[in-house]
Amino acid sequence: MTEEETAAAIARDPEHVRHLLRQMVRVRRFEEACVELYSATKIRGFLHVYIGEEAVATGVMSVLAPDDAVVATYREHGHALLRGVSANAIMAEMYGHAEGCCRGRGGSMHLFDAATRFYGGNAIVAGGLPLAVGLALADKLSGRDRVTVCFFGEGAVAEGEFHESMNLAALWDLPVLFCCENNLYAMGTALERSESQTDIALKASGYAIAAWAVDGMDVLAVEEAARRAVDAVRAGAGPHFLELRTYRFRAHSMFDPERYREKAEVERWMERDPIELLRAALETQGRLSADEWSALQHEVEEEVQAAIAFAEAGTLEPVEELTRFVYSERTAP
Amino acid sequence: MKLTYREAMRAAMREALQRDERVFLMGEDVGRYGGGFAVSLGLLEEFGPRRIRDTPLSEAGFVGAGIGAALGGMRPIVEIMTVNFSLLALDQIVNNAATLLHMSGGQFNVPIVIRMTTGGGRQLAAQHSHSLEGWLAHIPGLRILTPATLEDARGMLWTALEDPDPVLIFEHGSLYNVAGELADDAGPVDIDRAAVRREGADVSIITYGGTLPTALGAADALATDGIDAEVLDLRTLRPLDDAAVLATVAKTHRVVVVDEGWRSGGISAEISARITESAFYDLDAPVARVCSEEVPVPYARHLEQAALPSVERVVAAAREVVGPGG
Repeated sequence: MTEEETAAAIARDPEHVRHLLRQMVRVRRFEEACVELYSATKIRGFLHVYIGEEAVATGVMSVLAPDDAVVATYREHGHALLRGVSANAIMAEMYGHAEGCCRGRGGSMHLFDAATRFYGGNAIVAGGLPLAVGLALADKLSGRDRVTVCFFGEGAVAEGEFHESMNLAALWDLPVLFCCENNLYAMGTALERSESQTDIALKASGYAIAAWAVDGMDVLAVEEAARRAVDAVRAGAGPHFLELRTYRFRAHSMFDPERYREKAEVERWMERDPIELLRAALETQGRLSADEWSALQHEVEEEVQAAIAFAEAGTLEPVEELTRFVYSERTAP
Repeated sequence: MKLTYREAMRAAMREALQRDERVFLMGEDVGRYGGGFAVSLGLLEEFGPRRIRDTPLSEAGFVGAGIGAALGGMRPIVEIMTVNFSLLALDQIVNNAATLLHMSGGQFNVPIVIRMTTGGGRQLAAQHSHSLEGWLAHIPGLRILTPATLEDARGMLWTALEDPDPVLIFEHGSLYNVAGELADDAGPVDIDRAAVRREGADVSIITYGGTLPTALGAADALATDGIDAEVLDLRTLRPLDDAAVLATVAKTHRVVVVDEGWRSGGISAEISARITESAFYDLDAPVARVCSEEVPVPYARHLEQAALPSVERVVAAAREVVGPGG
């Protein structure tokens, strides 16, 4: 968005823009805490954090209705948090505790929550796309006006499941919004080293899906694009596709030595930190005082610390429960 | 009434579509073409394109969409033309359908039914002749059904659709034209227990699916030699009906397992291992296995026949375990 557009958006509803800032800070701070807890060996397995990409999920989630569905990837702590899964339940899950949102069965990469229709947490790249197509098909067959939103990285567009899902969604005119989080690297493989055509929105257009690229570091731009797309999908205009151009500031996972990209490139992107951009805009417009900023950070910190305390106080699922949930439990007739 | 296995399967789908609005069928050529094996012939005309959905050749896509639709409250029947093509959808079957309930801590069950043809014997060569149901029976979270009779072709589907978890139904291609009598009121059957298809006292032939007729033919041949063979149809490969297996072992003390899959690491190995673990001292002879030769199934008829389990091989194996005194 231009400076003028940003100023206008802030003037229209400063409270809402502060809310978006707060949501991004929640994700940022939660992820920073995860990294610290990983280093302290409280969290194990693979850990992928969303630092740098917060504007994407924040802007998209902001326009969803409570009974819409969300399918996300293994870099999904922020998505779960923004969708309304409690920080407590997410953190407890990462501790592998029974109080976690998946009772310790899923961990960082597989967060699920029925109450908010959060369908993972899918750790197979592109594996979630067909699920989103099916969720949307169920809504269409049932005559419901719900929307399914599917997040995936640009690495997924090399997978067959991506192309099969684009085709099915468009062929059947399904109410699904595809959100490609293009952070330029599939683990360590740069987009231009893995794709013959690097214009991802163009690929979606090839399936006759309305698609456009958005500045994924600008939460107001993301929100506006997402609102336009979700409104269209809900109105029955078929699948839509957003390519959200973003960047992860941290390594792919806690095991990534980052040999594949230059520090200068990371620093360049960090100058466009989505949180700093929005905070500066709010301050420039006189809509965020130093006290308000400090209070916001304080509140977020309280939430994160409470989540850590909740997870610390959690209990281990009894080993006797190990084989539960392989098959559904039936009540005796 | 007299009908074929194919017609029994079709009747089961028709009943399911009539009984439950949430049920729909999707797969390659299930609509206008009438099904690759003509199982769904006529269903498009009866139920319309909303519920009888032709899909593109996108096994991972439409199987995954079936899983998503199941999560979304539907009761999809997904037809994969053959098990060979299901390999393109293994990610969705193994990484999603089988795991979501567990990974979500019990929040998301996947009530999907996936039907597919399996097996060889029709000179279609390796890429159309695999028998991989034993592979999929390796996966916790799935239920694996292998209807071998008209009653099961007619009755397993509805029970599978009522199951809250993913069920895979393997229909052996050689069974579709098998015709016989089926009671007019035939309906849903259990999908938990194996069934003794022929009572016998001297040797147990344990099998399922497409090799049930082979086993029964072998039992007839053995009878002329005075060997009284029992034939146990497993019906369900996961979970296995251990009690039925152990009961027949306790009765005859001699076992031949017949499985069209390969011997190495196959379902026959699992059955043999369970017998060894739980009924070793009931055995009067080592467990014998008749499986497919360890080659990709060849095209030429004589080679293919030599590769697959046959009545002759089952008879020979049964004579061997019964021994000269039998």
